[in-house]
Amino acid sequence: MKTGLQRHTLNLVAITLALIWVFPVYWMLNSAMLPNRTLQSFTPTFVPFGGSFRNFRSAISDGSFASALGMSISITLIVVFFCLVFAFLGALAISRFRFKGRKSFLIAVLLIQMLPAEALFIAQYKMMTSLGLLNSIIGVSIIYIAAVVPFTVWMLRGFVAGIPAELEEAAMVDGLSRVQAFMRITFPLLAPGLVASGVYAFLQAWNEFTVALILLPEESSRTLPLWLRGFVQASATRETDWGEVMAASTLVAVPVIIFFLIVQGRMTAGLVSGAVKG
Amino acid sequence: MSSPVLPPQRTPEPAAVADWSPVARGSHVNQTPEQREAAVKAAAAARRSKRRARLLPHWLVIPAVAILAVGTGYPTLWQLWTSLHEYGLRQQFGQPAPFVWFANYTQLLSDSQFWAVLIRSLVFCFVAASITLLIGIAFAVLMSHVGKGPRLTLQIALLLAWSMPIVASMTVWTWLFDRRRGVVNYVLDMIPGVAMNRYNWLEDPLSFFAVAAIIVIWMSVPFVAFSIYAGLTQIPEEVMEASALDGASGSQRLRLIILPMIKPVIAIVMLLQVIWDLRVFAQIRLLQDAGSSATDYDLLGTYIFKLGTGAQNFAGASAASVMVLLITITISWWYVRKLLREDAS
Repeated sequence: MKTGLQRHTLNLVAITLALIWVFPVYWMLNSAMLPNRTLQSFTPTFVPFGGSFRNFRSAISDGSFASALGMSISITLIVVFFCLVFAFLGALAISRFRFKGRKSFLIAVLLIQMLPAEALFIAQYKMMTSLGLLNSIIGVSIIYIAAVVPFTVWMLRGFVAGIPAELEEAAMVDGLSRVQAFMRITFPLLAPGLVASGVYAFLQAWNEFTVALILLPEESSRTLPLWLRGFVQASATRETDWGEVMAASTLVAVPVIIFFLIVQGRMTAGLVSGAVKG
Repeated sequence: MSSPVLPPQRTPEPAAVADWSPVARGSHVNQTPEQREAAVKAAAAARRSKRRARLLPHWLVIPAVAILAVGTGYPTLWQLWTSLHEYGLRQQFGQPAPFVWFANYTQLLSDSQFWAVLIRSLVFCFVAASITLLIGIAFAVLMSHVGKGPRLTLQIALLLAWSMPIVASMTVWTWLFDRRRGVVNYVLDMIPGVAMNRYNWLEDPLSFFAVAAIIVIWMSVPFVAFSIYAGLTQIPEEVMEASALDGASGSQRLRLIILPMIKPVIAIVMLLQVIWDLRVFAQIRLLQDAGSSATDYDLLGTYIFKLGTGAQNFAGASAASVMVLLITITISWWYVRKLLREDAS
């Protein structure tokens, strides 16, 4: 068996690697709280936290932060809502029924989720231009929903299949209608699946950069990731104020980190048994 | 799964049909017209509800199918159509787009710049994906060999890195590699004999892509490590104990037991990683913001982007996109088939 020394070495290696991997995240938080004067020095300040929120204040007071936040929230809400409804109905169909076209639908769903945005965005750009939906919430939401629905259908399919149809049938024997049986029995059992899928849709819509870059070229219709990029570029025209830039990055990242930690376990399982967009 | 399976509603005779059938089959002679009419109506209603039940799954998939048709289907078809036509700046202003067969493809394939970008993308993808996989496997094995405390520390660190939004991580990494105040140059410069002070990482294409690869690997390792670790925990304790009792050494166990048992997970993770590393548009684009956006720093995504939005050469961009689609579908087909088999069981 392993000697004590070996075990200690391995433990030490694991902790060192953990520190290396988490360093960029720590660096973002740390610098966000340090005054610019400290950051201008050529010797990095590794510890401790500065504890100042001045950088956050100046990032938020950037003229377009509020509108970018509004855009991101509206798009995310629309995407999460429609994605859940569409994916739920689709998942119900493929896990509770055998019908003509089921296999084609499954193949389409699985293939589409593998397609990279880079291979479609020129066409999507042309489509939205001709529909007059460039720079609009609706245009970018349509593309996002179409991108997220396949994985959520596949993910929810597993949850629906996990609830035996006999439960519903038993409730119907006891005098409930099909709809009532569904709402009272199946729906509550599905809640965790819906939450996981909803958070997945949230993460995708909130973080998305590529499609947003091409479909929202106007400055007034930027989402948060585009705003952050613009903020960095604007800062770079002067001497980049890294403290403010890191504060801005933190503002975009924190909601994501929180939601991500909530559903991580379920998503890893889903990723391996299903698939996902990166 | 090979043949379409009948919907469950079809096999048992619905109650309404059973009530009505003897009347219809037998003595309709001594029925009043009202009775007959009622019977016909009941029959129609039964047929309708039966049809409705059979159509129900189709109604359920309509919203998903519709949004996929608009958001993915139509753009794909448009792209196929455009890649076979002449479609540039003039067509933007309403000129007709003549059909040119595969001229756009041959033009692209005879362009040395496109080949350079294509090969660079494939090499980048191959290098990044294999290093990611190796580190991920090493992390997973390490996690299963250390105490609970170090394991949790490593897992939390990986989770934090994994959850960072791409744009935010790119901003941090750009700063870490900043030539004057970046931590990377500062730390490297401390090594005796290494003069990295003010080294511009983003100037030389090779070190530009090395930085890009480091960032992509940093982002992707957590998923690989967690998936493979999950696979490792599935190996029954008894198998490992039995092999230890039979005198198998550590490396023998890794080679003969652990690796074969987690091979399916590794295969899936490798495939997903290859596909994801082919599409690193956001990372490259944001790194170009900090460095240079010349063609020497392009991978397929940024190349198509410039061809379409910059040069307004929509036909060429479409042809290149179709090629990326074909590469992706070819690679993912195996995976899709595997998932379909899983669905059938």
